[in-house]
Amino acid sequence: MISMAVITSALELGLIYALVALALYLSFRVLNIADMTTDGSFTLGCAVSAVLAVAGHPYLALPAAMAAGACAGIITALLQTRCGVPSILAGIITNTGLYTVNLAVMGFSSNINMMKKATIFSLFPGSKLVLVLIISAVMAVALVLFLSTRLGLSIRATGDNPDMVRASSINTGFTITVGLAVANSFTALSGAVLAQYQKTADINLGTGMVIIGLASLIIGETIFRKGKLWFKVLGAVAGCVIYRFIIAIALRLDLPSECLKLVSAVIVAVAIALPAIRAKKGGKSKC
Amino acid sequence: MLKLDDICLTFHPGTVNEKQALKNLSLHLNAGDFVTILGSNGAGKSTLFNTIAGTFLPDSGTITLDGRDITKLPDYRRSKQIGRLFQDPLKGTAPHMTIEENLALAYLRATPTKSPFSMVSKHDQEEFREKLAMLNLGLEDRMNQPVGLLSGGQRQALTLLMATLVTPKLLLLDEHTAALDPATAELVLELTKKIVAENRITCMMITHNLASALALGNRTIMMADGRIVLDLNAAQRKGLTVDDLLRMFRSQGLDNDRILLSAE
Repeated sequence: MISMAVITSALELGLIYALVALALYLSFRVLNIADMTTDGSFTLGCAVSAVLAVAGHPYLALPAAMAAGACAGIITALLQTRCGVPSILAGIITNTGLYTVNLAVMGFSSNINMMKKATIFSLFPGSKLVLVLIISAVMAVALVLFLSTRLGLSIRATGDNPDMVRASSINTGFTITVGLAVANSFTALSGAVLAQYQKTADINLGTGMVIIGLASLIIGETIFRKGKLWFKVLGAVAGCVIYRFIIAIALRLDLPSECLKLVSAVIVAVAIALPAIRAKKGGKSKC
Repeated sequence: MLKLDDICLTFHPGTVNEKQALKNLSLHLNAGDFVTILGSNGAGKSTLFNTIAGTFLPDSGTITLDGRDITKLPDYRRSKQIGRLFQDPLKGTAPHMTIEENLALAYLRATPTKSPFSMVSKHDQEEFREKLAMLNLGLEDRMNQPVGLLSGGQRQALTLLMATLVTPKLLLLDEHTAALDPATAELVLELTKKIVAENRITCMMITHNLASALALGNRTIMMADGRIVLDLNAAQRKGLTVDDLLRMFRSQGLDNDRILLSAE
């Protein structure tokens, strides 16, 4: 029922979207900030990557997309740390503004086709799977290393105990800004790789990305429950691959693809609600 | 070492809730001084600490630490030189990070010469282990466990170690043993004495315990209504009993239940 091609493409897509899960691990879990910029910065990554690939710079497209994503993250961070905008609203504001920016990047057309252009996949000597595996592995290792540095530890403490951070020499405005910049550069990289992978960029590619990413992250966390940092990061990547397999199976079972977003929403809602419902049944308070 | 000159701080100025928290307060500390601070609730003790640490900026007056004017310096820049412990043992450590990571954070932040991308070396780890062993709590064998698993007393001891890992110019202790059971409080207090003495740290400690206020340090001040109303140096404190101190409290009209209870 499930062919080798289906498995390969689920693996490839899972590893590409794993970058979003890594980004959400950083913003949602480590920094404890619901970063709604994700959808917009994913599309921004797609757009930048597509435009540069069409212009003949498929490799340059990746760092450029990351830089663009980081800028989006910095805007969200500045809105909340300097301008007093609540963090969720800050992300939504940036996300809304990014729609126009993304259209502008794509030359005010809602999609870009890269059919006969060189991409990182056509230039790479190995298979697509190997290339996405390398990209995701490098980024996952980079994230773990980054979170073990002095700056990374400060970012983790910012999300873990704000009281402590206020009393220690950590500028929370700065750590939040760096954290969101890094997270959104990961998200944009995911979009950039995806655009070249499917040789097309669309203005709506990022819609619902934050929920898909969260669903993957939560799936990963239920399997890799506790442990060290690299274990959790590995869990995020594994969660994405598993999510893609669930989707692949659902599509095989003739579930209309329009239903996928609803399925993702239900997975996330149930996964987040479960611990709270369990705690209530057990008569324990959340504190 | 620390000089506060004519500090004024008013909360909610111009409203019905206006409160003058610090009134023309001046205080000079010499290097190596260990000052215990007494005063009823609302006297301005914690506000004084918050002003020294930079959580609140004073309306007027100047703060000088080791010859440097820090009046306008933001709190996160001051805390490289000022260590601080709170009453709540949960406030000083990050619960989901391991003991080692918490120590690394304290160590790396207080050594400004290191790059933001520096990591903990094997050598640093050995040093953390040695310092943890000094606490005699067995924490040196649990370095990879999250801090959230420790008891309140263990967390407070760890916070003390983190605050003094790189010797600060000033250590502020805000009733840091008040939330602990008597035996643990005693242990943390002993550790405090030991660490402060070994590193010759200038230290200020808020307490409601009159006996430990007299027993610890070399100077005791009493605050009321945003002012320092009594300032006893080592010589003046000598031979003073808890009853004498209580009498002084009463003559200032400052006695309250909490002070009376802790005197018994």
